Amino acid sequence: MTGKQKKQLTKIIISGILLILLAFTHFTGYLKFIVYIIPYLIVGFPVLRSAVINISHGQVFDENFLMCIATIGALCVGEYPEAVFVMLFYQVGDLFETIAVGKSRNSITELMDICPEYVNIEKDGEISEIDPDEACIDDIMVIKPGEKVPLDGIIIEGSSSLNTTALTGESLPLDVNIGDSITSGCININGLLKAKVTKEYSDSTVSKILELVENSADNKAHTENFITKFARYYTPAVVFSAVALAFIPPLVTGGNFTDWIMRALNFLVVSCPCALVISVPLSFFSGIGCASKNGILIKGSNYLEAIAKADTVVFDKTGTLTKGSFSISEIHPNGISKNELIETTALAEGFSDHPISLSIKKAYGKPIDNSRVTDIENMSGYGIKATVDGKTVYAGNEKLMKKYGIEHPSVSTGTVIHTAADGKYLGYIVIADEVKEDSAEAISKLKSNGIKNTVILSGDKKPVADDIAAKLGIDNVYAELLPDQKVEKLEEIIKSSNGNVVFVGDGINDAPSISRADVGIAMGGLGSDAAIEAADIVLMDDKPSKIPLALKIARKTHTIVNQNIYFALAIKFLVLILSALGKSNMWEAVFADVGVSVVAIINAMRALKIKE
Amino acid sequence: MKKSYKLQDLDCANCAAKMETAINKINGVNKATVSFMTQKLTIDADDSLFDEILKETVATIKKVEPDCTVLIK
Repeated sequence: MTGKQKKQLTKIIISGILLILLAFTHFTGYLKFIVYIIPYLIVGFPVLRSAVINISHGQVFDENFLMCIATIGALCVGEYPEAVFVMLFYQVGDLFETIAVGKSRNSITELMDICPEYVNIEKDGEISEIDPDEACIDDIMVIKPGEKVPLDGIIIEGSSSLNTTALTGESLPLDVNIGDSITSGCININGLLKAKVTKEYSDSTVSKILELVENSADNKAHTENFITKFARYYTPAVVFSAVALAFIPPLVTGGNFTDWIMRALNFLVVSCPCALVISVPLSFFSGIGCASKNGILIKGSNYLEAIAKADTVVFDKTGTLTKGSFSISEIHPNGISKNELIETTALAEGFSDHPISLSIKKAYGKPIDNSRVTDIENMSGYGIKATVDGKTVYAGNEKLMKKYGIEHPSVSTGTVIHTAADGKYLGYIVIADEVKEDSAEAISKLKSNGIKNTVILSGDKKPVADDIAAKLGIDNVYAELLPDQKVEKLEEIIKSSNGNVVFVGDGINDAPSISRADVGIAMGGLGSDAAIEAADIVLMDDKPSKIPLALKIARKTHTIVNQNIYFALAIKFLVLILSALGKSNMWEAVFADVGVSVVAIINAMRALKIKE
Repeated sequence: MKKSYKLQDLDCANCAAKMETAINKINGVNKATVSFMTQKLTIDADDSLFDEILKETVATIKKVEPDCTVLIK
């Protein structure tokens, strides 16, 4: 609790005790007014003060002002205990709101406590502590046990275990060795690490994530916008009805003014839409917070709302459902040695960072001599054309071979890279990719969560894609697609489905599909920056099983939001009607205002604790 | 130009919504958001008018909630 809140609490307690004591006294007339005005002023002075300031600024429908009118009105008609109680309860609610909101805000920002304060840079054998902003690419950073990894980098010395919980929600530590890339925001647990900086601070994972979370408030859900709009009309409408209620019925029927004014004052007490205005954004905020605790970053509550209404999930295959860590399973050279085939292919693929190229380079085992390779042309969806040692080399899939009229055997197993030099066929390499451990679980959970259609869109060959779809239980497969065909196919799927369509991918070639889908999800660990940029939701640990979890969090948050809206509106309108009929008193009205807010806030905070 | 500022003592969610509406009406503002949850103000506005707009924004915020201050670095 802050100082301001403690002061408020003290005032509430003092005035509450006074009010209870006064209930046992029997003052009358002016004396009664004087004894009740003391607790009223103790607890209500800040409200009166704000009301005066705000009204001088022309804020007629300010909640403080309306609360003052209501309580002063009650004092005028002699309902002293009511006036004090309403003010007291109003302040209790206000205090509770600030504490609850502050608490959930903290629990979310705590999760985001991944920002590095400094970085140890080693230069000429000396270590100096500098601001992460000042570190440059290729600087050598030293990370001691217990410290955060300040910038993205590659380990050049030492090995250790990293705690990635803040980024991925994963509790098992990650073992890292020389040559592994490390992500900023992880915590080094036991070993001393030296790493080369690969990204400047502004491009590092930590600042990307922080930016993403900070900006998530800019993308508001429809419901949130609706509530803001509703609030704009609700207060004036209730206030005008109150004025009408105070004067019209007694003038028409000649009834008692005091009675009708009391009814009108009740209206003013329930005129604040606070329960809705606070609890709806708070629910979404808590939902997003709960998701980020699980390594799911959502860029705005509108996406949380959109994924809750999804009925189709479309996957890219490589790197999304499969590990994307290919390894060579077969080598079939044609007239040359196995090593020669690998060497030529590796050289041609030298500049590509496609997972397939990486696996071939890994099998080659030696650094690529770039001076031997010129005129590289990357043909997306086909392969690579390059000049290696003066020969024109084609390395890629069957389509590439067909395109250049090179005779080749037809191979149907796995991913195949054919290589040809100067029109002569050199042979092929078979590469296999492993399915991620949790892919099957992810698909079955999606289905049990009401996803009607699961689809694979792959640039890979049909037998490979079919095989994986059968293993995982995916409904539809479209293979051998070029990136632009992927988008076309996705458009078709979007047109034919009733609910929202989710696309999950990781590569640069998926970025157009990710931005086209109703909800685009990117794999944040393996994923390219373009995919992460285009995505609405980023999975930090690349696990497809996080998708059903995201869906669950979104749906639950949506339910909580609806509960709050219906509950708050139902109670408020009930009290309005009862007040108009003279069947409700100010005690009930203040419950409809503050009590409902408190209940709605507690309900909203449940979104923070959604579990698998 | 898009900039964001921290807000101190923004205590009421309805006020945040009111501020947002009012700031969006200022001439030259493309989009403004006031987030009660993150206690942050984001303004996207024309470069040439930015200083003017910021001044007007601060005044608007004071008008809606006198206790609330914009922290300008």
